[in-house]
Amino acid sequence: MISPLCDALEDRLTGSARNWLEAAARAVAADTAAIHDLFPAVGRCCGRAPLHLDADEGRVLPPPGWSVADAARVVLLAAVRPEQAPLAHTLQEVYQAGAAPERRAVLLGLPVLEGVRPELGGGVVQLVADALRTHDPNLVGAAVGRYAARHLDAAGYRQAVLKCLFMGVPLAAVAGLDLRADGELARMLADFAHERVAAGRDVPDDVWPLLARFPEAVDASGLPAEAESTRPERRAAARRALARFTSACPTPADASHH
Amino acid sequence: MRIFDPHVHMTSRTTHDYARMREAGVRALVEPAFWLGQPRTSVGSFVDYFDSLLGFEPFRAAQFGIRHHCALALNPKEANDPRCTGVLDLLPRYLRRDGVVAVGEIGYDSMTPAEDEAFAAQLELAATHGLPVLVHTPHRDKAAGVRRTLDVIRESGIPPERVLVDHLNETTVELVAGTGCWMGFSVYPETKMSPRRMTHVLQRFGTERILVDSAADWGDSDPLTTRETAEAMLEAGFGHDAVDSVMWRNPVRFYGQSGRLDLDGVETAGTGRETEVPAVFAGNSLRRGER
Repeated sequence: MISPLCDALEDRLTGSARNWLEAAARAVAADTAAIHDLFPAVGRCCGRAPLHLDADEGRVLPPPGWSVADAARVVLLAAVRPEQAPLAHTLQEVYQAGAAPERRAVLLGLPVLEGVRPELGGGVVQLVADALRTHDPNLVGAAVGRYAARHLDAAGYRQAVLKCLFMGVPLAAVAGLDLRADGELARMLADFAHERVAAGRDVPDDVWPLLARFPEAVDASGLPAEAESTRPERRAAARRALARFTSACPTPADASHH
Repeated sequence: MRIFDPHVHMTSRTTHDYARMREAGVRALVEPAFWLGQPRTSVGSFVDYFDSLLGFEPFRAAQFGIRHHCALALNPKEANDPRCTGVLDLLPRYLRRDGVVAVGEIGYDSMTPAEDEAFAAQLELAATHGLPVLVHTPHRDKAAGVRRTLDVIRESGIPPERVLVDHLNETTVELVAGTGCWMGFSVYPETKMSPRRMTHVLQRFGTERILVDSAADWGDSDPLTTRETAEAMLEAGFGHDAVDSVMWRNPVRFYGQSGRLDLDGVETAGTGRETEVPAVFAGNSLRRGER
């Protein structure tokens, strides 16, 4: 639902910003085309401060840090009347016409909008794919929410997770890992860890909790053998990595509690 | 020391970089077509880019006595964007041109079906136009990507000696070593390969069929890492002949297979310039205001 977004915005908008946003939403509801003038103006009219979500709101909205402008833009998108223009079409237009701030808001809004307009379905998953081709962590992080988790195919989802690792986007931003992480993703992550270690480099900490769910992927990779490499820097990197992996794995004592 | 950088994106670099490269010994380079960081939205954007790789860039390079050639292609990342794939129909008219010594960069980014299609189509274009190919290997899931790349190359029937598989590292070099393809290594300040790690690879695999490039672009990269690697080789005990074979003779042999590599008049011994070069390109010099 869109209401937690409105609640979150409530305290963070000044009076004039609230008036502007209400008028803007009415204008969009009356004529979808109005969004093209209004969408780029949201940042300067509503502000760009971070939107701190309450725990309740956080359950409904995807996790990466929303700004006031992000939320206000999603309010405008939600105001589009489907009988006037298909939402997928408007989302595409607004995304293509926008720069990073507008695109980020569209991406963050996708799971929220799908909630209120189920007919949206996977119709704009190509916007997620577009964002995942960029080198902008703001876009990549916004793209990997619940909409991506629902609609990316298996290969696309795995690539998205790997992309986050390469870009330093925390895996906490990636929705759906519980359900969608699979043996093939674990194989890719273990190969990635091996590649880093073979270069004498450290592996991002984010991979270990995931690999702990698929320890066989680590065993099957070239990583354990690196601990015996003739190159000291590779050996050291491998031992550091394997120690992190071991401490991420549940101990037999943990397991006996379940 | 003479250096041929077999993979560098000069479009993304300044004229001062050309001056520094000249100073470091770079006398020739190949600039492959790639992704510009900002996605292209139409085929026309490729037309202007290709024209620049055949026009303004060779002109800029020539000001510093550096011979510029290019490789042209639809890059793997943008092969996924239907707004861009039409460039495949335009490529033949460019692949006939002087100055084009390879098809590239082609290969995989995310290993999608659209990338499969563009890769296969461009291997065919290379065969038609008698050009070698420069193959980019993916950053993500690299080892699997290299294996799949080699399968596609084998199936295409292109002779392996006309293929350069680039961006290799410690975990992927072995996959390529026995195939007859050329092995490329991009040396970066932080990621990919470092000069020291490169010398370890050379110690293990020798200098045959190995190319070292800077792959410098708009990212955190440096067009002088070829020179740094050459220095690291000397420090590690390689002789000047081994350095010259990696840094000059190997790229000349690889791109020479196009029959279009033109190194006549490139001065590789002293420091002065030998050939007269035009001072303006389409009426535009590289000066900004008074000298």
